[in-house]
Amino acid sequence: MVQDSTRLNGLRAKHGRPPAGPHEPQAAPSTLRQGQPRFRGLEAGHRACQGCGEALAARIVMENAGPDVMVANATGCLEVFTTPWPQSAWRVPWMHSLFENAAAIASGMEAALKARGRNTKVLAFGGDGGTYDIGFQALSGMLERHHDVLYVCYDNEAYMNTGIQRSSSTPHAASTTTSPAGKERMGKRHLKKDLLSIIAAHHIPYAASASVAYPADLARKVRYAMGIEGPTFLVVHSPCPLGWRHASALTVEVARRAVECGLFPLVELERGALTNIMPIRTPRPVVDYLELQGRFAHLFDETDTRAIEERDHLQALADHNILTYGLAGTGDDPVDTTGIAHVRRGGPLAERT
Amino acid sequence: MREALEGSLAIARAVAMAKPDVVAAYPITPQTHIVENLSKLVAEGDLHTEFVSVESEFSAASVVLGAAATGARAYTATASQGVLLMSEVLFNIAGLRIPLVMTVANRAVGAPLSIWNDQSDAMAVRDAGWIHLHCASNQEAVDTTIQAFRIAEATELPVMVCMDGFVLTHTMEVIDMPGQAQVDAFLPPFAFSRALDSADPRTVGTLVDPGWFAEMRHSHHAAMGRALGVIEKVDADFAKLTGRASGGLLTVTGDPDARVGILAMGSVVGTLEAGLADFGTEAGTARLIKLRAFRPFPARALREAVAGLDTLIVIDRAISPGLGGIVGSEVSAVLQSMTAAPRVLNYALGLGGRDIPESVYPALIAAAANPLAPRFAVFDADLDKLMPEDR
Repeated sequence: MVQDSTRLNGLRAKHGRPPAGPHEPQAAPSTLRQGQPRFRGLEAGHRACQGCGEALAARIVMENAGPDVMVANATGCLEVFTTPWPQSAWRVPWMHSLFENAAAIASGMEAALKARGRNTKVLAFGGDGGTYDIGFQALSGMLERHHDVLYVCYDNEAYMNTGIQRSSSTPHAASTTTSPAGKERMGKRHLKKDLLSIIAAHHIPYAASASVAYPADLARKVRYAMGIEGPTFLVVHSPCPLGWRHASALTVEVARRAVECGLFPLVELERGALTNIMPIRTPRPVVDYLELQGRFAHLFDETDTRAIEERDHLQALADHNILTYGLAGTGDDPVDTTGIAHVRRGGPLAERT
Repeated sequence: MREALEGSLAIARAVAMAKPDVVAAYPITPQTHIVENLSKLVAEGDLHTEFVSVESEFSAASVVLGAAATGARAYTATASQGVLLMSEVLFNIAGLRIPLVMTVANRAVGAPLSIWNDQSDAMAVRDAGWIHLHCASNQEAVDTTIQAFRIAEATELPVMVCMDGFVLTHTMEVIDMPGQAQVDAFLPPFAFSRALDSADPRTVGTLVDPGWFAEMRHSHHAAMGRALGVIEKVDADFAKLTGRASGGLLTVTGDPDARVGILAMGSVVGTLEAGLADFGTEAGTARLIKLRAFRPFPARALREAVAGLDTLIVIDRAISPGLGGIVGSEVSAVLQSMTAAPRVLNYALGLGGRDIPESVYPALIAAAANPLAPRFAVFDADLDKLMPEDR
């Protein structure tokens, strides 16, 4: 969309769109949203599906990362739906090279900026395929070499861009096109890889999980990571209505239930040590999360004992997370899974020292 | 200044004189001495660059890609399996039209595992869209490395400088190293017109649908065609500055009136020149064609170079199993349009580091004189070593 500046300025005049950056003249905002002083690194008008969790997460990340960044983006939905030539939904320098090298491209960008004396922060974006699986080696190398890069993994728990194939991030028992449920199989046979622990084992300054259901928490984590010089990592749980087979209006609700049941714990690790968690005020049963999604529909055949076993298995995994990370809340915590969704002046952490 | 230097050390010094902002490399025999020497230059403070010690060749290529796209002058080096591990990135670098320079210390590709020299690695990525320049000596490799940065930056195409592993990289040679002032005059600081910059956001590497892909490939191909002239001009400019040319697109030496020609790339050219000098009177003389630019392929220059020959022997340092020679096939193809094209004999030589003695020269001349000589053969294969069914 950033092709012809005359045409673009005409469109802006017609639709009252706000300028992209401080170097462009300000027009008076005509709606509240347009008047909001936030940086829109990822513009509207891209081609994501309705209810895309990844698009939502990327928008929040960009708003909080600010304009002086550049992005190395792995192959995947985010790349494809934002940049169909000759259009682009990005208002920051953005580069896609390959599926498995976003972390190495980001390393090169950072080295170049350092050599040229620039302070622009480098972001690397990948899905779970590009992060947990094929880009894992390059990511480990980037973390070990201590590049000043914020790597964000938009985790939608399967290869969605190629049509919902299982990844090492796909949860146990989820049905995908390469781990379908059938007479002999109850979906994916293996466990979701505990990537965050592996990342934390690199003893990088900051690694955290976040969720699109908790935008204020995600925003805070992005801002915190942006303030750190060195490698930082965020994995953002990003539901995919198409792949998870839930209604597109339920993206945020599904993501919230994943956190509330304990299957996707929101935690922060600094130099490898757990430093913060988001407590769960009232843990929900895992079935509340599973029942919204077609990928787990085979677990609700009450005549199938294997289905009940797998549900119990997933509940046990969630219970294990709650125990391991100490996620059980103690009541009215303003930053627990219920409190953080409430808007407070001064931000969600204002009441916490 | 003339000094005796190992090829790899000389290359490292040449790279340092080009003042790269970012160097990323992963060690592989026989490229190792180049990165070791570069690391040493950095450690001693003689080279100020961001040296990124990556975890694989795949990341080496990706790091220099990311760096060059961000406006840095970037350099990497590899060989053999490393070239193949990089191959996906190599296509990407070229397709994105990112200027950077890579040395390939040519080595065979396994299996069977071989750490020794041939040119299978560069041939495996001949269609990646890089400029390929082959060096016949360490002097040429040094001069070509410096030229490569200017060629890459002028054409916005990546340049692969090929030098035979061990034969050049590990061999001492008296080399006339250019001075830093000469290199500075020859190679202005890198100013990439499409560099990523947060003050002027740009999207690179988009999804291209069938409505655009063909045009982009055509434009890449056309840029390679224009690079022919750039390679010649840069070599001529370098010669003006230092008094030494590196052979432009190709060089013709030997006996200009000979009816037999031999075309080769890389260090084997030196062996053939020595063979001509030592055996020429007895065995017969030949016109020697040293092909420096393999991509872009200098078709017109080649047709001029072979005019008047009865037989052209093309040496391949690699093989395309099921076809035969690679350089030989391409040469045959471009000579088709000549009214009196020479007969082409194509021989693979020195695969996997097999020694190429001077005595290969009279053997090749003898083959040219034989009307029944095979059009293609692995010239120095001893078939007695094989089971009868494998011969």
